[in-house]
Amino acid sequence: MTHLVLRNIQKSFGNKTVIDDLDLEVAEGDMVCLIGASGSGKSTLLRCINLLEPIDDGYIELDGLDISDPELDPQPVRQRIGLVFQSFNLFPHMTAEENVMLAPRRIKRLSREQLRPDISALFQRFGLSEHMQHYPDQLSGGQQQRVAIIRALAMQPEIMLFDEITSALDPELVGEVLDVLRQLKAQGMTMVMATHEMGFAREVADKVCFLSGGRILEQGPPEQLFGNPQQARTQAFLSAVL
Amino acid sequence: MTLPTPAPGKTRREIHEARARQRGIVIASLSTLCVVAAVVLLVPLAPGWEAVQKSFFNGEIFLRTFPKLLQAFLLDVAIFAWCAPLIAVWALVIALCRDVRNPALYPLRLFAVLYTDIFRGVPVVLVVYLIGFGVPGLGLPRPWNSPYIWGSLALILTYSAYVAEIYRSGIESIHASQRAAALSLGMSKSDAMRFVILPQALRRVVPANMNMFIALQKDVALLSFIGPVEVLRQAGVFKSLLANFTPYVVAAIIFLCVTIPATRYADYLIAKQNRARS
Ligand SMILES: Nc1ncnc2c1ncn2[C@@H]1O[C@H](COP(=O)(O)OP(=O)(O)OP(=O)(O)O)[C@@H](O)[C@H]1O
Ligand SMILES: [Mg+2]
Repeated sequence: MTHLVLRNIQKSFGNKTVIDDLDLEVAEGDMVCLIGASGSGKSTLLRCINLLEPIDDGYIELDGLDISDPELDPQPVRQRIGLVFQSFNLFPHMTAEENVMLAPRRIKRLSREQLRPDISALFQRFGLSEHMQHYPDQLSGGQQQRVAIIRALAMQPEIMLFDEITSALDPELVGEVLDVLRQLKAQGMTMVMATHEMGFAREVADKVCFLSGGRILEQGPPEQLFGNPQQARTQAFLSAVL
Repeated sequence: MTLPTPAPGKTRREIHEARARQRGIVIASLSTLCVVAAVVLLVPLAPGWEAVQKSFFNGEIFLRTFPKLLQAFLLDVAIFAWCAPLIAVWALVIALCRDVRNPALYPLRLFAVLYTDIFRGVPVVLVVYLIGFGVPGLGLPRPWNSPYIWGSLALILTYSAYVAEIYRSGIESIHASQRAAALSLGMSKSDAMRFVILPQALRRVVPANMNMFIALQKDVALLSFIGPVEVLRQAGVFKSLLANFTPYVVAAIIFLCVTIPATRYADYLIAKQNRARS
């Protein structure tokens, strides 16, 4: 079943076209990886899906609902779509636990006591039980990024978007964050991630899309895209990064 | 050749810096001493010195007026104490009004812009005169004709305009990614402001606001022009009574005893914040 459908997406900043007539389908439970050079529009695309940036034209459908309707209230839609940023963006004045609880408390009107069992379980699952009461600046980058993932998961989204979530991490911390994604994949979470981790994309992606100049130039299963790229630009990009 | 053996537990750099520091302290003390000596020796040689000393630095009058002036200063502190929290709150209202994006609430935004422009553009003392004399002039019944109320209001209105701008600079200094993170979770814009942006912004502007509040403590003395017998007015009374300016010096010293430590503390907070951010 197709969960997320993008049709003819257009997005420009001023007169600079950043997403150019882009189509993409994400099936339920699939992990789709977006690869491409810096500036190719990966972050912008993810921000558009989460409605942080309004698109200029085209349609975004989530589970059959046209979420790109400019008249639509974006708030309930965003609750269904988790987004994790490259720079973590934890709230520095709150402990890890408060970071995670804030949105469910405000939106679902649940008390801390009601939330605690589920949230403790999430921290436990990702090996962060002993860090619940720590502030972001007391945590390593890898721990912060895992808290950011938990924060998004606490809203129980149907789909998760990840924007180069390991790019700001020291190499030895990348593994612990990727393990979290493997777990989510095993659970059947639908995911779209922008990444420079080609090895990881090859291992877990169901579909890899190569973005260039705001278009998906080539897409396919990882074996095909990495093993036998058809477009000259895909070949050039891959030989530069692999 | 033998190298000097390093002192235990100290790096060569530490030893060098300790020496440089000592040398610095000696030089600073000597040069300060020279300047102070010059002032102490030369100023009394000025032809009018004796007269100035008698009318500004009269020890006997100093001791006699000090207790009463200190008591009058408590009124300054009290006026400050009720103005400061009201300024903190009213300024926040103004700052938030300026950020309103809803077209239906555009008048609020316009009001906030005009408000900050007007009250930052007029000298405080003028606002004190206009409101402090003007409003009671309407012939309001007691207690509503009190200069305490209208003088305080003048200070509150003026200072809120400045503090609102400080709040706004704090709000703008919080990176847009914090707001994006809150919104991406499905939080409302107002919740993002209230729980994510404001708490960080308010913390960040504490030192800047401390400087505003130090200025407020000094400007409370402006109310002396419209009635309340606070320290400046009390000093004026003594001046007329004793035909001597020493009470003004006493008042200045009392102010300094409060404002210098407060200024130092604000500077310390700013330095701490700069260190934390670098
Ligand atoms: N808010 C904005 N205003 C103006 N231009 C923007 C804005 N956000 C992104 N852009 C531009 O859009 C283009 C695509 O940016 P985007 O961040 O989506 O690329 P990316 O593929 O995520 O790159 P990277 O790998 O460096 O993260 C870039 O040229 C960027 O300068
Ligand atoms: Mg990016």
